[in-house]
Amino acid sequence: MLSPFMIHRPETVAQASAMLKQYGPEAALYAGGTELLVLMKERLAHFLHLIDIKLIPGLAGITIDDAGGSISIGPLASHRSIETSSLVRTHAPLLAALESQVANVRVRHAGTIGGNLCFAEPHSDPATLLVAWDAVFTLTSEYQSRSAPANGFFTGLLETNRNDDELLTDITIPLLPANAGSAYERFKTHERPSATVAAVLWISDGEITSARLVAGSVGNLPERLAAAEEHLAGNRPSLDLFQTVGEMTSRQVLIEEEGFESSDYKRRLIGELTVKALPKAAGRAG
Amino acid sequence: MTIELTVNGQLVTATVEPRTILLDFIRDKLGLTGAKRSCDLQVCGACTVLVEGIPVSSCCTLVYEANGTTVTTIEGLSRRGSLDPIQRAFIETGAVQCGFCTPGMILSAKSLLAENPAPSREDIEAYLGGNLCRCTGYWRILEAIQLAAARITGSEEEGPS
Repeated sequence: MLSPFMIHRPETVAQASAMLKQYGPEAALYAGGTELLVLMKERLAHFLHLIDIKLIPGLAGITIDDAGGSISIGPLASHRSIETSSLVRTHAPLLAALESQVANVRVRHAGTIGGNLCFAEPHSDPATLLVAWDAVFTLTSEYQSRSAPANGFFTGLLETNRNDDELLTDITIPLLPANAGSAYERFKTHERPSATVAAVLWISDGEITSARLVAGSVGNLPERLAAAEEHLAGNRPSLDLFQTVGEMTSRQVLIEEEGFESSDYKRRLIGELTVKALPKAAGRAG
Repeated sequence: MTIELTVNGQLVTATVEPRTILLDFIRDKLGLTGAKRSCDLQVCGACTVLVEGIPVSSCCTLVYEANGTTVTTIEGLSRRGSLDPIQRAFIETGAVQCGFCTPGMILSAKSLLAENPAPSREDIEAYLGGNLCRCTGYWRILEAIQLAAARITGSEEEGPS
């Protein structure tokens, strides 16, 4: 049995933000509840006020901008709605495929992408890919809005740079140009990924001009593997190069010790997943 | 708070606390004990019920959110004493052993077949990946759902009931 709490159902973002300010640390935003209710049931957290934001209109849409340069996803879009969105399947099929493997179908129906990102669980699949894709989040409080790049949004275990009175109100994903390709590789034994790698390569005239490599699920937050990215840039894609970069990521990735899998094992997984992801990303570029 | 919902075709009105969990409401208030509490973490699927036809983990759903919706539990699947084709297929193929996971398996299958009437084996495995069984080894469950799908779409005749 959960401890008692009050439910508030604001109808605007401004009302929700004002409630967050009013109730402070005793309040939590409530959307799908797939993370929050479990924490509360396990008595790992308790909030006297849950602010159910699902009545706020306009926060669950999935749209593409007029120029076709980016996709905008509302934070209340469920994993399932992203997985099955024809727009996402057409323009960002990697995200649709990623979402189809999140937890199970019940969690995907209930859980929202905004909740997933703001909860900042280190095993979040969308977080890792969105960092690699340079997604931009919009955070809105009662009186103002600001943009927050996904790269930098996650600051620690279950921590983000969202202020206490802010709501995530938009996730904008820039679509890659034709000469870029991306891949997402994950290893999991059941629902929870043990290690994941997102890779993006920009290729011009047969040469990698820029790269993004992000490791997920092994540290406290998605980790940009900057040295490996630099090593890729300026080289022609080859299995030798990818093998070398895989060894680099395996060596350099920061692993957070936890009880499930050993750090050595995760280190090796990150290397292997890097070697799997890079040729796929290269194959999708151009 | 007062809620009104339709459970297995019956209108239910109740006063609940915000913290009341759908599974507790269904089992303790309505006496429908088909949905089971097991992992309590949305992983095992034993508590699955359908809300507006969509499978939910009732162990992690607040009942106030079901206000105004239609909820189906395993007790509501048969029609005038006649079992649902999925239920019949589970019995005929021997897809039930201890039975603890069966209500969740059948309701998930119900939702899958509504969405995708002719699923491949892989489609079934993907959709029911979050329903765990510790007896059957899954083989016969997959078989049962394929049989039910074939019957519902008319590509296979009904067996003796």
